[in-house]
Amino acid sequence: MVDSLVAAASVIASAVAVGFAGIGPGIGQGTAAGQAVEGIARQPEAEGKIRGTLLLSFAFIEALTIYGLVVALSLLFANPFVG
Amino acid sequence: MHTFLLSKIEVGSHLYVNFNETSHLHGETIIVSSIVVLLVSTFLFLGTRDLKRVPGDLQNVVEVVYELIKSIAVTQLGPSYYSQFLPFVATIFLFVLGSNWAGALIPWKLIEIPQGELAAPTNDINTTACLAILTSVTYFGAGFKIKGIGYFGRYIKPSVFLLPINIIEDFTKPLSLNFRLFGNIVADELTVSVLCSLVPILIPVPIMVLGLFASSIQALIFSTLASAYIGEVIE
Repeated sequence: MVDSLVAAASVIASAVAVGFAGIGPGIGQGTAAGQAVEGIARQPEAEGKIRGTLLLSFAFIEALTIYGLVVALSLLFANPFVG
Repeated sequence: MHTFLLSKIEVGSHLYVNFNETSHLHGETIIVSSIVVLLVSTFLFLGTRDLKRVPGDLQNVVEVVYELIKSIAVTQLGPSYYSQFLPFVATIFLFVLGSNWAGALIPWKLIEIPQGELAAPTNDINTTACLAILTSVTYFGAGFKIKGIGYFGRYIKPSVFLLPINIIEDFTKPLSLNFRLFGNIVADELTVSVLCSLVPILIPVPIMVLGLFASSIQALIFSTLASAYIGEVIE
């Protein structure tokens, strides 16, 4: 009984973890991409540099979602609260 | 607890090689990372065996890789210190890139092992933790070597009451390096295996290509951050 409750709570918690972790980085990546497009439109010759920096910052922003994903995965596959 | 799996996906099951009661090794991680080290070493050995003024095919590839890693080190560490840390940054970059791509490019599913499955070594959190701790040790060592005891002045900059935050940062840096690499690789492999269990043909291929791209970016990020942390200490 308690175990199934813990399992249900863990599934919901992992969904919430990864869902909420997606919100902020989504907004951030949108802003970054918009600014990059603006930069390229203003200065097309700087495209290579802007693309490199953009990809690097995307990876940093994405890391925040990945932290949520790590929490979700540990709840699903390596749950410390089950038996 | 009675467990059931909707699809046959498992995370964190390993081929345990037991030493004694309390300690064991993750067999598949060791096998694959040895293969990666062997492949990368062979590639570099063959590429630099007879250097010519007008480079051949393989030497060209090696030179491109060298230029890339050197540009990372120079931009983060500055032109006067980069040569000391270039071997470290290059090792990190080549090992991470090699292991990420080994997990994606070699069809490990064809080889059956008793428990777990062969995959990228960076799929195991112990590998990434080891790389992150090595980075920490390197920037401590670099700070002591170049600044001596004045290294500790870093902790009370820009003011004294930031001391706890500066100390916490020493722990969060390897932690975030660790989770970033591990999470990205696991997320990639999990996405591919979920898609493969839904539609086993053709549909997962674009995701695999995206994963290949993402894992090369992760190698770039890891080595850039490692050299940025070193550069922060020695500046």
